[in-house]
This record gives sequence, C-alpha cells and structure tokens, in this order.
Amino acid sequence: MKFIKGKKGALSSATLVLILVVLCVALAVVKPVFIKPTNLFNVLRTTSITGLIAIGMTCVIITGGIDLSVGAVVGLSSVLCGILMKENGWPVFPALLVTVLVCLLVGLINGVLIHYGKIPAFIATLGTMQMSRGLAMFITQGRTIPGLPQEFTRFAQLKILSLPSLFVVWVLVILVASYILKYTRTGRNIYSIGSNMEASRLSGIKLAPTICFTYMFNALCAALAGILLTARITSAQPSAGEGYEMTAIAAAVIGGASLAGAEGTIIGTVLGACIMAVLQNGGNLLGINGFIMDIATGALVVIAVLIEKNKKK
Amino acid sequence: MNEKSVNEIIRMENISKSFPGVKALQDINFSVKPSTVHALIGENGAGKSTLIKVLMGVYGNKYEGKIFVEGKEVQIQGPQHAKGLGLLAIYQDIAMAPHLTVGENFFLGRLPVKGAAVNWKKVYEDTEKILNDLGIHVDVRKKLSDLTVAQQEMVSIAKAASEDAKLVIFDEPTALLTDEDTQMLFGIIRQLKARGIGIIYISHRLEELFEICDEVTVLKDGKYAGHKMISETNTDELVSMMVGRELSNMYDITHAEIGETALEVKNLTKNGVFEDISFQVHKGEILGMFGLVGSGRTEIVRTIFGAEKYDTGSVFVNGKDVKITKPTDAIDCGIGLLPENRREQGLCLHMSVKHNVNLASYDNISKADRINLTTERENAEKYKEAIRIKTPSLEQLVRNLSGGNQQKVVIGKWLCKKSDILIFDEPTVGVDVNAKREIYKLLEELIHQGNAVILISSYLPEVLGLSNRVCVFSEGRLVGEISEEEIRNTPSQELEKKAVLMASGIV
Repeated sequence: MKFIKGKKGALSSATLVLILVVLCVALAVVKPVFIKPTNLFNVLRTTSITGLIAIGMTCVIITGGIDLSVGAVVGLSSVLCGILMKENGWPVFPALLVTVLVCLLVGLINGVLIHYGKIPAFIATLGTMQMSRGLAMFITQGRTIPGLPQEFTRFAQLKILSLPSLFVVWVLVILVASYILKYTRTGRNIYSIGSNMEASRLSGIKLAPTICFTYMFNALCAALAGILLTARITSAQPSAGEGYEMTAIAAAVIGGASLAGAEGTIIGTVLGACIMAVLQNGGNLLGINGFIMDIATGALVVIAVLIEKNKKK
Repeated sequence: MNEKSVNEIIRMENISKSFPGVKALQDINFSVKPSTVHALIGENGAGKSTLIKVLMGVYGNKYEGKIFVEGKEVQIQGPQHAKGLGLLAIYQDIAMAPHLTVGENFFLGRLPVKGAAVNWKKVYEDTEKILNDLGIHVDVRKKLSDLTVAQQEMVSIAKAASEDAKLVIFDEPTALLTDEDTQMLFGIIRQLKARGIGIIYISHRLEELFEICDEVTVLKDGKYAGHKMISETNTDELVSMMVGRELSNMYDITHAEIGETALEVKNLTKNGVFEDISFQVHKGEILGMFGLVGSGRTEIVRTIFGAEKYDTGSVFVNGKDVKITKPTDAIDCGIGLLPENRREQGLCLHMSVKHNVNLASYDNISKADRINLTTERENAEKYKEAIRIKTPSLEQLVRNLSGGNQQKVVIGKWLCKKSDILIFDEPTVGVDVNAKREIYKLLEELIHQGNAVILISSYLPEVLGLSNRVCVFSEGRLVGEISEEEIRNTPSQELEKKAVLMASGIV
C-alpha cells in the first residue's frame, strides 16, 4: 500500500520486510506449528496490543520526546474497565468513554508538563508513570477484578473479515496514524518540532497544541491497548502493561525511529513490532528460556541503533 | 640553521588558510614579543579569529606557513598540543564548570592529593594565593556560577596565567565588563606582562588599545593591512587601515521607489541589552543596520519578531500599534526573519526542501488539518524556480544543500508566507560568491515588489552598497544614521571610516 510508505528509516523498510520474511520462513521450516492459524492468530493478538502502544510512541519519539508512562496507563485503563463495568455495573460504552477520557487526561498532563513546564520528557513521564500506576493500585487496592461482563470480553474473541478483532483495531490505528503523519499539518509539525523546535517556533508553528496532541494520542493508544488486553484476559489488573513502554520503544527504534527526533515511520515501527513478536514466538515454540529471549531482544535494539549510527557516517 | 630571534614568543610566517570558496587568510606574518601586548584588529570577517584558531590548533595542521614558538619551528597538531606549548586563549564563552567551586575549577583535572584523598586545604589555599597575587579577591569556596560574570572572567584569566602560559590571547575580553572591571583586567594584564608573558589582544574598542597595548597589527579581508606601535598612531589612522577597498559592482543594485512606512519602532528598550531604539523602514527600501560585535542588532530584530521580550517601547506595522509577544504575532503582521544562525534557527535540517519552503505556511494550505498536497508541491516548485534554489529534487533533505542554497530556502519560506517586511540578519555569511550575487539580485526584486527590507550586515561594502540608508549601532544604542545622500556622494573610503568610528562609539 503506497499510502503507508513514509520517509525512509535508517534500516529501510525493505530491509525490515526482508528480515521479517526470512525469520518467518526459517521458523515455519523448523517449527511448522508456527504457521498454524491458532498460533498465528495468537501472535497477532499479542502483537496488536503492544503494537498499538508502539504506534503512539513513534509519534512521541519523532517529536524528540519519550513517554515512559504508557505501561502504567495500560494498567490504569484496565482497572477503570473493571471498576466501572464489573463493580458498578456500567454499560460498556459509557465505561469505555470515561476510561479513554481519564487516560487522555494523563496524556494532556504529560504534554503540559513537557511544553509549558519545560520538564524533560523522560522526567515528566517517569512521574506520570508512577502516579498512574499508583492510582491504578489505589483504585483496586492492589486486587485484580476477574469476570468482566460478556458483552465486553466477547469483542476480543470476534473475527472481522476472518482476522482477529484486536488485529483489526491495530490496523485501523496504523492507518489513522499514517494518515496523520503524512497528510496533515499536525503530522508535518510533529516532524518539524522533532527536527528543530526553535526553528519551528520562529516559523510560527504552534508548539503547544502539537505536543499536547502527540502525548494525548499516545495515551489514547495505551488506553485502547489496555481495554483490548482486559477484554482478552477477561479480568482487570492494576499491574497490566508493566514493561510495555520498553517494548514499544524497542519496536520504534528497530523500525528506524531516532530518539534524537525527526526520524521514524509507522510502517517501520509495525515491522519492528512484528519482528520482535516473531522472535518472541519463535523462542517460545523452540523452548528457549524466556530470559535468553529478553537478552536477545535487548541486543537486537542495540544492534539496530548501531547500524543507524554507522549509516549516518 | 634558522637564526630566528628568540626574542619572540611566537612568530607566524606566511600563514594562509582557505575554506571551500573562501580565502580566509593570505600570507600573514605576525609575531609577539615577551612582555608585550600586541593588538590584533580588523573588521568582522577580516581573519582575526581564523588566525588565532590556526595558532591554537583548532584546524590541526591544516594550514600553510610556518609557526615558531620561542624560536623553534613547530607544526601545531591540535588544541592540546598548542596548550602544551604554553599557548592559551580566553574566549568570550567561559569554559569552566559552573557548578563547581572556584578552587575546584582552578585545579580541574589536577587536584592535589594527600594519600588517597583530595587535599582540599591545599586546593583552596593555593587558589586564593594565586588570585590574590593578581589582585583578584573572591571567595574561593563559592560556586563559580555564584560569582558575577566579570569575576568569572577574572578567575578564568588567572587560571590561564597559573598554567605556565607563555602566550595569552584575549578575544573581546571587555565585552561583558564594567569600566571598573576593565581596569582590574588591565591590572592583571600588566602583571602578566611583568612575568614575561606575551599577549595578543583582540578588541573592537579602539580606545582601549591606547590604554593597554604596545603595538597593533591590522588585518583586512584576510590580508595583512599594516602594523604600528601604539605610541605612533591614533584611532583615525587605524580605522583607515581597516577599511577602504576597490569598488566592486557586485553591490550595485537598482533601488526602488520608496513608499510609506511599513515598520516603525519607537523607544524600544530591553534593559541591559539595548536602549531607546527608534527607526522606520519604508516600502521599497533597504535599511542597513551596521555595528560591531555586541552592538545589539540581532537582539533588536529578534525582539521586533517576537522571539525575545522587551521592556518598554512600541512597534508599528503599517501605522498600527501592534503588540508582538511571540513570533506568531509578528508573522501575522507580515514580518519574516532570516536568523543569523540559519542552521539552528531557520531550517529543519532533517526535512526536505518542500517541507522547509512551506514551513511557515502549513496553516494556509490546510483545511481541517488536512494539507492540500498539490498546493504544497506547487509552492515549493514556484519558489525553487523563482529563487533558483539548486537542488536535485524537492524531496532533497535540506542538510545536504550548500550554505547558499540553504539560505535561499529560508528566504523561500518567507516569500511563500507572503511576508512583506523582511529582516535579513547577516544573510551572506558562509555563502559562496555566486550565491551572494543571487541573493543580492533577490533583494533587488523584493524591494521592487514593494517589500520593506532590513539588512543587518557587519561587512561594510555590502551594507553600504546595498542599503538606501544605514543605521549605525554601538553597544545597544542607535548612534546615528548614514543618509542616502551621504552614501551616494561620499567616497567609499571615507564612508567606511565614518561607519566604523560611529560603531566604535567614537565621534
């Protein structure tokens, strides 16, 4: 789809596709169960959830910022679903609406702290991360809330056009984000700010709305991820999403986003997320120790960044 | 065997240095004797900084000519090598650690130890002694950033002196100092002299030279322009040596009909930076702003543009009193600013030519946030043609363009936004000759279209050649104006001399 091809990342999209294809083929040969629909669909479902966060994170990274609070927002949204739907009997739609609004507020706080407060993104989102996680824990006093209503959890099992519903949601967000980055003024501003905030300011670009939008969009992605995750596991957990911010950043970086800003594409991040997911699944199927997989993933991120640095020389 | 006089701390022979398209230094001879303060003067761009940088190893061994330190020929390899040879430079940016105490800064990298622990007593006692010997009295246990700027500078000079320097270079040392501090600085310089150290003194403040220097060398356009003993000359003569060139028709542009006032500034003041600035710019006019380092021109135009705040005064655009507090306000009034530092303030280097030309115009070409891609591309094409931006494609990343073409992209950005009051801050710095000519032609076209242009330039032939009239600034004040008549009727040598004298605060 020409529509999705954005600017070239350091590891070009073509290279990433190649790596992904090679990995899939190799895994399919060694463990044919990989390509069985049950397995593939499960991989798609899991990837969709972490992949959703990676999409929002890409936009944040392009502006030259970072958002460490997304994992905690996943937990917060999970808890809100549980409290509202299970413990207070709210119907699905209003409950989801309030959940999303609360998470958007977290995003807005991030944007305000970073732009108006001039607090470095790392510190600001570290703070909101702690606060969100704390809030989630506080609301449920650390408990999980099992047995969420059927009308809600049923969605996670649905198939739309014979693809898992979660995956379809991810694709929709991918399309929206790609559109924003490529065809809208906000998208251009996101790249401009990442490239040179001062030049952007001196060219009349409105920094505040763009930055707040970016962090709120990221929070929205995290909220969606939390909602879908909760629907999938049918219980609300305040600890949900722990570590998701790292996976999201890793996917974006492998996909060519630069933490210095102004570089990154949605398609690159998607490929990065898929590569990580296939590696993870491969590790499971081959019975490789989970910790070794963690080390491998970390190494992969470092290698991707080194390649990016070398290409620049 | 080379019989070079050991009565010279340094000797530079036939030094030449070129950059792509620019001959920064041509065949310069310069030497400094012990216990001497040797002034190095010239206009902006004359080559003073380049000469010092060659000596201090900033360019490594990429220079032509010979350098002798205390009679021995050396090939400067790099800054550490220069430092090791006893050459020290004090620049305007104070290169020390602000969060550490004075004593810690003094012994940075060479803290004395007693066993395994730092000998703090010795650190502070020694620092205090060295400072007191030079007449500097500060609390050595205070954090450096808690001292006044002047005191920080003194400490930095003392540190240089304590590191066995043979030669100390001062680059615009009094720019940030009060008269009192300046006298203290001179006291320290005399002490250094007494120790046999050779001193190079760079300053635009010509009167100072007569207080503290012994001899002076003048550079002009990268070439040696003269040498005098201070006792045998005066400011008038020095300025004459600094200016005056053959006429070049590069600056000959056809001026346009002057229209009504486009921009007026009244009593604009920013405490400590500039005071009581009032001037007007008309449609079809190029108003030159000339001044030396520290004159405040960039700060003034940045304030007009809303990039910095001011304390009192007013700005009128087309007769209307406008309150400009941020760049968006100025841009909405039709003002565009080409910043002095185009890479850091004018361009998004990672993005394409197309993106940068449209950078200020996305509000105009979007509906409900969706960009009209056709208009975006057409805009970029139109201005690429109009200003002759040399690029293989509109998608080319701006960081890959030459300096001149990058500058054209910034101009294109404001033309695309249809700004009609354009402020150019040093537009041809780092731009090759051909691109310069093209930018001058552009200026000509702009004024014939009725736009108002402010041209900040420190290069006299340029600013006097292109402007209708020139406002001269010195130390944050508008000291005078050179009228259209004067520019037309006065011989260039005399004109340039007048400008420099005004800018130096003399006359």
